[in-house]
Amino acid sequence: MASEEMEQLVRKEYKQGFVTDIESDTLPPGLDEGVIRHISAMKKEPEWLLEWRLEAFRHWQTMQDPQAWAHLSYPKIDYQAISYYSAPGAKNKDAPKSLDEVDPKLLETFEKLGIPLHERAALAGVAVDAVFDSVSVGTTFKAKLAEAGVIFCSISEALQEHPELVRQYLGTVVPPTDNYYAALNSAVFTDGSFVFVPKDVTCPMELSTYFRINAANTGQFERTLIICEERAQVSYLEGCTAPMRDENQLHAAVVELVALDDAYIKYSTVQNWYPGDEEGKGGIYNFVTKRGDCRGDRAKISWTQVETGSAITWKYPSCVLRGKDSVGEFYSVAVTNNFQQADTGTKMIHLGEGSRSTIISKGISAGRSNQSYRGLVKILPGAKNARNFTQCDSLLLGDKCGAHTFPYQEIGNASAQVEHEATTSKIGEDQLFYCMQRGISEEDAVNMIVNGFCKDVFKELPMEFAVEAEALLNVTLEGAVG
Amino acid sequence: MNQYSEAFTAFNKDAESGWLKSQRIAAFARFEHLGFPTPNVERWKYTDTKALARRNFTLKRDYDLKAARELLNSRDLQLDAYRLVLVNGVYAPELSDLDAMQDAVVIEPLSEALDKELELTCGMMGRLAGIDVDVFTAMNFAFAGEGAVIRLGNNQQLKKPLLLVYLSTASETPVMSHPRVLLAAGSNSEMQLVEYFVGAEDAGNFTNRVLEGVLERNAQLRHTLLQSGSDNEWWVGRVQIEQKRDSRYTCHHMNLGGKLVRDDLVADLNGEGAESSFSGLLFGRNRQHLDIHSLVNHNAPLTNSFENYKAILNDRARGVFNGKVIVKRDSQKINAQQSNANLLLSDQAEIDTKPELEIYADDVKCSHGATTGQLDETALFYLRARGINETLARGLLTLAFANEVIDQLPIPEIYRLVETTVAGQLPQQVELELD
Repeated sequence: MASEEMEQLVRKEYKQGFVTDIESDTLPPGLDEGVIRHISAMKKEPEWLLEWRLEAFRHWQTMQDPQAWAHLSYPKIDYQAISYYSAPGAKNKDAPKSLDEVDPKLLETFEKLGIPLHERAALAGVAVDAVFDSVSVGTTFKAKLAEAGVIFCSISEALQEHPELVRQYLGTVVPPTDNYYAALNSAVFTDGSFVFVPKDVTCPMELSTYFRINAANTGQFERTLIICEERAQVSYLEGCTAPMRDENQLHAAVVELVALDDAYIKYSTVQNWYPGDEEGKGGIYNFVTKRGDCRGDRAKISWTQVETGSAITWKYPSCVLRGKDSVGEFYSVAVTNNFQQADTGTKMIHLGEGSRSTIISKGISAGRSNQSYRGLVKILPGAKNARNFTQCDSLLLGDKCGAHTFPYQEIGNASAQVEHEATTSKIGEDQLFYCMQRGISEEDAVNMIVNGFCKDVFKELPMEFAVEAEALLNVTLEGAVG
Repeated sequence: MNQYSEAFTAFNKDAESGWLKSQRIAAFARFEHLGFPTPNVERWKYTDTKALARRNFTLKRDYDLKAARELLNSRDLQLDAYRLVLVNGVYAPELSDLDAMQDAVVIEPLSEALDKELELTCGMMGRLAGIDVDVFTAMNFAFAGEGAVIRLGNNQQLKKPLLLVYLSTASETPVMSHPRVLLAAGSNSEMQLVEYFVGAEDAGNFTNRVLEGVLERNAQLRHTLLQSGSDNEWWVGRVQIEQKRDSRYTCHHMNLGGKLVRDDLVADLNGEGAESSFSGLLFGRNRQHLDIHSLVNHNAPLTNSFENYKAILNDRARGVFNGKVIVKRDSQKINAQQSNANLLLSDQAEIDTKPELEIYADDVKCSHGATTGQLDETALFYLRARGINETLARGLLTLAFANEVIDQLPIPEIYRLVETTVAGQLPQQVELELD
């Protein structure tokens, strides 16, 4: 296929690019201890959390931007040019108590994105905790969840209502000193989701949050904490879209998962932040720290991600397999186009005897994008009979993109079995020919082949997400093909 | 660092001023500036040179012929080959055999080449392995003066293999040596190079060898490196090869031990049709630390590379493998295969492996695989069921694992030596029937 044709096909417009005109209560740009005190005071946080934030901030100041090691290039970020707090609804300082009180413009935004809160909630039985910039605007199905004993709310709310629970777990998986962006997040996080599933409870529905960055020049720093007690189960979906902006916006989230004995947490992400335009102008910087801790025996944590957006993605959802026979899984599809860059992968740290992990990573690069898989499999001497299987495949569409693999394996145990395989290729001419010969258009054929390439991951996604992901993939690569 | 500074001043002060002297000064400045690498440097993430930096080594200009001869005789390869011997980094004419060299082929010690053909030799030096490549390469350059120069004319086939022997003998204080091998293989030439590093027990020496070579059009080089040191031997090596059109470089790296072994191997495939194939074995025991880094740059379309590395680690040994393949933009129709298999025989042994791909072209076939595990229980059971005792069965299977790489060795003498080294030093002694 000619690369010119391919380039033409790759061009597509960002369908979610619009700005909601709404007054924001935004702090002026800049970051110092005063800003952190202000955030903490606005959110009426307990004293210990303020201290915790300040400590993280002081540590952050001593750290270096990790720009050097990742396979990414971007101009230095001026952290003093970012505003660290933005809350919608300056007219009404009090947070809305129900959906009816929510600014109709906000709801309209979600409507445009195809997330009709009421309908979706009613039809699909999904509780949606929609985060609009930094403040949670609406939570549904709370009652039904409460009946089962599940706590699902924004983290600010959790701090007011269940402070001890938050204090017990916050920062135990991703300590504030973990890395540059985690430290920054710990210092300035404004909102996020909190899920607590008590012993023996299987969460009656899939939990879902839509994050959306709205106000210009606002970094969004959410913090998500999910805890599953013994034998509890939950499936959590996270989807992201953002409106079109010219400046780059920073998004540095932290997600912590804790699974006790026999617990199972399934965390799925569809990320479609604004990737920048065809010249590589604008777009979101997505620097996220996600980590799950299988604290209990036989605990299981499964990450599934479909990454199609963001100008830069820096993300390594990880599992610490502490428990005996604990299981970690990572399924990922990452698509980059135009000037997007992605350095993503996972870390599996095996500490427990008989712990197992599976990594399936599929990368598709088109246009002038660059994509790297960076993964670590670490088997400690105590992790007897640990097992890992890793497969990372890359598909290149066009001759100006790049696909890279940096798998680290550190194995300190003779009974461990670790396998890694990786391939890089393009769509076979013969595959295309076969399809086209049967009357399928070139574009459909490529979509079909790409979808087939990603099938191992899509089948891990919850039903409605899988459909969305496939559609998203087709949109992202619209015309990318040829 | 002081000891190096003193050694360098003493070493370079008698040198005639000119390009080489000023380059050495620049190289030493570079080395001083960089210092010994720390694990914060990505390429040295798993190999700590702190212990090496703390050691004191002296630079030698003479050698004890009797001790050298004894060591050589006890570990001789019995190979029919041209032979160039360095003892603790100093050329030993008495032990070498470079007579009756065919026409249009020059093989001589670097010290002589620098005397006779200064300009030509300097032109070959640092072209590929310059001072910016790595800190140890800079260090080697600073102390450059001994080693070998190999020049093969066009259409020449070297009739016998060339054997470079690096003897490391015991002296009052541990010795450091920085041999450099310069190689230029003309078009359509062919040669077989064997490098053999032999160390006396408890010598505790530090060897830092650099080999740089250019393979012209359709040249073929087969390179075997056999390195086996005792538990207190320090060894750092670098090979930099540039390959022109249709040239072929095959190399077999046998790293069979040392306190710290670091082997860097770089091939630049600069002409269409060039092909590199690397195979290697790391065999570590006790508290040895073995590290191999390979890098293949596919700078031209239609180039191929194949890599197959195996590691066997016992006791508290630690192995590191880092293989990297870079396919440059517009280097289409590339075939690059990389495979790394590791066998851990003890719970305290550790392997850190990182097979990397960096690809900027789309019409490529690149793959890599890495596996780590222990001996296959079912295979073991199969052997036991046929009346073979467990010790022997384990030994056989370990040897079989290594054999996949050893089998490729082109010279039977070396094959046997490696096989007995691996088999003889396995935890369970395996009696091998040779011939």
